[in-house]
Amino acid sequence: MRFEKKDILDIESLSREEITYILDTARGMKEISQRAVKKVPTLRGKTIVLFFQEPSTRTKMSFELAGKRLSADTVAISKSSSSIVKGETLRDTVRTLESMKPDIIVMRHSSSGAACQVAKWVKCSVINAGDGTHAHPSQALLDMMTIQEEKGGFEDLNVSIVGDISHSRVARSNIIGLSRMGAKVTICAPGTMIPVGIEQMGCTVARDMDTCVADADVVMMLRIQKERQGSLLFPSEREYATLYGLNPARLAMAAKDALVMHPGPLNRGVEISTRVADGEQSLILDQVTNGVALRMALFYLVAGGSKNADSN
Amino acid sequence: MQIQIKGVRVVDPGNIEGIRDISIRDGLFEAVSEPGQMPAVANDSDDVKVVDGQGLIAVPGLIDVHVHLREPGQEYKETIETGLKAAAAGGFTAVCSMPNTRPVNDNAQITSFILSQAQKANAARVYPVGAISRNLEGQKLNDIADMKKAGIWAVTDDGMPVTDSQLMRRTLEYCKSLDIPVLVHAEDKRLADGGSMNEGLPATVMGIKGIPNAAESVMVMRDIALAELTGARVHFCHMSTAQSIEAIRAAKAKGVRVTCETAPHYFSLTDADVPPYDTHFKMNPPLRSEKDRQAIIEGLCDGTIDMIATDHAPHAEDEKQVEFDRAAFGIVGLETALALSLDLVVRGHLTLVQLVEKMAKAPADLLGINNNIMPGNPADLTLIDLDAGWTVNPDAFVSKGRNTPFAGRRLKGAAALTIVGGRIVYTRD
Ligand SMILES: [Zn+2]
Repeated sequence: MRFEKKDILDIESLSREEITYILDTARGMKEISQRAVKKVPTLRGKTIVLFFQEPSTRTKMSFELAGKRLSADTVAISKSSSSIVKGETLRDTVRTLESMKPDIIVMRHSSSGAACQVAKWVKCSVINAGDGTHAHPSQALLDMMTIQEEKGGFEDLNVSIVGDISHSRVARSNIIGLSRMGAKVTICAPGTMIPVGIEQMGCTVARDMDTCVADADVVMMLRIQKERQGSLLFPSEREYATLYGLNPARLAMAAKDALVMHPGPLNRGVEISTRVADGEQSLILDQVTNGVALRMALFYLVAGGSKNADSN
Repeated sequence: MQIQIKGVRVVDPGNIEGIRDISIRDGLFEAVSEPGQMPAVANDSDDVKVVDGQGLIAVPGLIDVHVHLREPGQEYKETIETGLKAAAAGGFTAVCSMPNTRPVNDNAQITSFILSQAQKANAARVYPVGAISRNLEGQKLNDIADMKKAGIWAVTDDGMPVTDSQLMRRTLEYCKSLDIPVLVHAEDKRLADGGSMNEGLPATVMGIKGIPNAAESVMVMRDIALAELTGARVHFCHMSTAQSIEAIRAAKAKGVRVTCETAPHYFSLTDADVPPYDTHFKMNPPLRSEKDRQAIIEGLCDGTIDMIATDHAPHAEDEKQVEFDRAAFGIVGLETALALSLDLVVRGHLTLVQLVEKMAKAPADLLGINNNIMPGNPADLTLIDLDAGWTVNPDAFVSKGRNTPFAGRRLKGAAALTIVGGRIVYTRD
């Protein structure tokens, strides 16, 4: 198979075969990060622009390391240094960036669809590092990679996703991706955080947290955004933690070898208790490790490579 | 100047239906007669225009009760002249201009300015609508009688709906005593909550904040209650949801004095038609579900929806070539409305007579004018070519606005000739 996609904008546009191919490629990449010399010359001479309009230290660093380990030149532009603050339109900003001939633009933006629009405005590859509440494909792919490592596959796996589904691009991308790969996705949140029609995206909505977690093979917790308290989504962190927090008692209701995941950063004591987050079933740090490998794979594939990165 | 239209099929509901010769002189209809009875004018000349009406339909001048002309203040989007010329090209002989200009049409000076600019345009007429509250702020009533004297025929806080129910009640009572209607843009801004498309599966998939149907219908229901309380004349603008139509149907059955309009996009498109993040499909209220679209068509059929208006809202390209949630709301409509509405006739939802009622007669009733094709009346007339096939090309619009979701769409039916006050203001090539 040859990977034909120029851009990685969302999970929706990736076929089951393409997802499998990305995950296979990422497994190969992971080995590079475990070497003493963590660098291969694969993308030497390629330029990657990291254009983050929304702050995100973790994701940006992960993409940056991924680029560097493949020997690409990476340049980061953040909100404070970009001219967006001076009133320039997004279209002008990215067309200006493109004039400097990057090969790939990685972008994070607060507006849903921004990466899709940019992909139409520029000719180089665009990788969406999170756009509004739409998609976060690299996060969902690294989550899938982590699940695949532990469980071997996705078929008939029960995956529970708990938290603010309405405002979560991670949830949307995971629901689409995991259901496409054969997993059974169940979500749970207060009614204020369940968007209209979400079932039709490939999941069932559980009545409460206990039902959602029961017999789950994977429990994926979403970060609750404390600043949303003012928008009437939930009355207090205390009440949220009581109804929707993952604690050891709840985790005990899941399958014996259930995995606990979280895209980070954590709100300990709110959506996840410390004992669970740091417990044996937690894969939270593995997710971060896999993130670099997965992003290496994305760079490699959109730059036109085939499965084995190290072969040249 | 004299115009003779020969052998045209006249569709003027409640007045004339059949083949007629029409004579227009000095701005007025001079005679309407059975074919062949009219004294033949010698020839086409500078002073006399003879139009062969065969194959065309003559209807009372179409009136669009909901248009944003953008002047004064935002002439880069549209001027009164370009807007009124676009209206003429779309077959409209008159449009009602919304007050959200800069400055707002909240005083008699602005009203007079709009009317004087329109005079110079030599295109469609304008019937200005004044603002309810000072600067559309929803706080203090404007000098509405003063504006009425200057030429407004209705008031609205379109786009910035009156939240304060007491202010709305007082507005209705006051306007009732002035005998002018109040136009309601029904939207609870708190429920809309900064959303930018319909709340539903497409918005969920795209991660776009949704605007629920209830954001519209709760205000429709409130203002029905206030119309009932005050007995004032209330007209609901650009209805988009099944629930609103249901509420208005019930109110009418009860005898409450309400009317309403919808716009062509609400019976032509749904939220499922929105291509990913295409800002040319972003307007307020948003494109709704298929169920709502069907309810709109049903409301048009059974008379719950009295009229079709465009909510013509031109914007500059820059204001649409941005992130979806940051893009301006609104689409242009003047030059596509007639053909899109004629499609309702082609599909058998409406008869041609019903369509003329919704695009010419009911709007005239709302304005309190008589636009019958009859001797002595101002000669505002639209000649329609039902068979004209054309493709929507935004670059060919007369309007400055190019923001249409219908680009590339094949349409059938167009204005062949638009006559305003006895002057030809548009001729289709
Ligand atoms: Zn409006």
